[in-house]
Amino acid sequence: MTALKLENVNKSFGPVHVLKDISLTVEKGEFVVFVGPSGCGKSTLLRVIAGLEDASSGTITIGDDVVNAVPPAKRGIAMVFQSYALYPHLSVKDNMSLGLKQEGQPKSVIAERVSKASKMLELEQYLPRRPAELSGGQRQRVAIGRAIVREPKLFLFDEPLSNLDAALRMNTRVEIAALHRTLSASMIYVTHDQIEAMTLADKIVVLRDGRVEQVGSPMDLYNNPANRFVAGFLGSPSMNFLERSVPGLAAGQTLGIRPEHLALRADGQISGEVTHVERLGGDTNLLVSTDQGEILTVRLFGQNDTDVGAHIQLGFDPEMAFRFDQSDNRILPLAA
Amino acid sequence: MNMTRRTSGTTIAAHAVLIGYTLIALFPVFVILINSFKTRKAIFREPLALPDADSFSMIGYETVMKQGDFFLYFQNSMIVTIVSLTLILLFGAMAAYALAEYRFKGNTLMGLYLALGIMIPIRIGTVAILEMMVSSGLVNTLTALILVYTAQGLPLAVFILSTFMKGVSDDLKNAGRIDGLSEYKIFFRLVLPLVRPAMATVAVFNMIPIWNDLWFPLILAPAEEVKTLTLGSQVFIGQFVTDWNAVLSALSMAILPVMILYVIFSRQLIRGITSGAVK
Repeated sequence: MTALKLENVNKSFGPVHVLKDISLTVEKGEFVVFVGPSGCGKSTLLRVIAGLEDASSGTITIGDDVVNAVPPAKRGIAMVFQSYALYPHLSVKDNMSLGLKQEGQPKSVIAERVSKASKMLELEQYLPRRPAELSGGQRQRVAIGRAIVREPKLFLFDEPLSNLDAALRMNTRVEIAALHRTLSASMIYVTHDQIEAMTLADKIVVLRDGRVEQVGSPMDLYNNPANRFVAGFLGSPSMNFLERSVPGLAAGQTLGIRPEHLALRADGQISGEVTHVERLGGDTNLLVSTDQGEILTVRLFGQNDTDVGAHIQLGFDPEMAFRFDQSDNRILPLAA
Repeated sequence: MNMTRRTSGTTIAAHAVLIGYTLIALFPVFVILINSFKTRKAIFREPLALPDADSFSMIGYETVMKQGDFFLYFQNSMIVTIVSLTLILLFGAMAAYALAEYRFKGNTLMGLYLALGIMIPIRIGTVAILEMMVSSGLVNTLTALILVYTAQGLPLAVFILSTFMKGVSDDLKNAGRIDGLSEYKIFFRLVLPLVRPAMATVAVFNMIPIWNDLWFPLILAPAEEVKTLTLGSQVFIGQFVTDWNAVLSALSMAILPVMILYVIFSRQLIRGITSGAVK
């Protein structure tokens, strides 16, 4: 059963066409991440799904109902905002229960759901406090709690981790993943961070300029990117694109090799000079300027004592490399 | 060390400036207050002396209580000020919210149009206003004054408040929408509490000119039963003889309510500022 279905959704602000013919489905219980650079329309798409913006054309179906003309509160969704957006004058408990009160739920149901959610998120001792008396991570949990108590058909997350520091971000990411497993609810998550996308998603939707570039599971997109944009966007450090340094490429073609698929090899095809070394302990990243003047990144596992200025030869497994044509689309290898 | 000394020096200088300004600002009020308790002769003999056993007199206050219908004037001023302020804040905030929150055609134009009144003094239109009030039968009513003051206060209120409303987080309003709050509830329960400092500013800006105004009460509502306090005090000022005791006493009493209102609003102002800073 589908939780959400978008058919040819368009959105324009005046003359600016922000979303272009977006069609996709979210299955029940699926965790879908919208990812793309800033300004690609991912947040707008989320707001259209939430009903905070009206779609200019196309249909939006949540569960079994077409919701184009339904106000946000009646769409069966709940949303977690980047800035938490807690009501500053209400206690944590009232923040969580306001939506249910508006729905006209009986008090016993409200109390039960709030206590269940606060137990799940370890917020019990903070229930009487105001948002101003909480830390950033706690506020974000309250915001998530406010979404959980409504028991929505669809959770919407709008870059919920962007305001947290790195350590907390990692923890909260794990918590959100655990939450998804516990509730087995359908979730849509917007982020510009490809690591969040790779780690959380069942299905990633890569957006660029208001268009869907590719949809698929994280490993699918990593192993089989449809074009140069998707290949470059996912994976960190990002993929190297070479035009001149590798022999045997037709004019206009580009070869894409992920940094982890390059290796130091005496008989390697690419030769260049190391311009910078990043030693991370577990990995070593080399920045290499090839003899043809292209810059590429090499990711070596473990520790390596190559120094800046060293002249090296790099090799790669051709099966791990991708070829892209002039218009940046992938050239699929001929069936061997 | 050096730093601390310089800081304390700066603090002293800042306080000296502020105290000096306070003295200058409060001096006329002080003179009015002390002279209201003196005999007429003492007022003219030594205007700056404090009342002593010899010169002390309540004659001014007695005159005011006896002669003018002081409490009625007082009540009229209160009604006009408070109702006008309420209307300015209510309509000003609503208009400001609409301008800040909703996208509609002519939004900017409407904002400019509403702010135009800041630059054009309403008194220019006095004759037209009087004609309008006469033909609508509102001359000599408090309603006439309330309408004029509301019109006079709205432009600045819309201008100031819309700037503040734009600063209220969109996410917060959207969270309210998703939780099923109506636009009115979002406005009254989420947005207004957050712009309370700005509301207090607007209230203070508008309150004092309305309370002190002589022009419109004199022209639109000079009848005895709708006189405001400022206009009522004028009965003691004659072309040839002025009852200074009564004038000073009336003015002293007129200061009180406006001061109380000011204290209420400025509390809001301070509370708003600190609550923002602590967050």
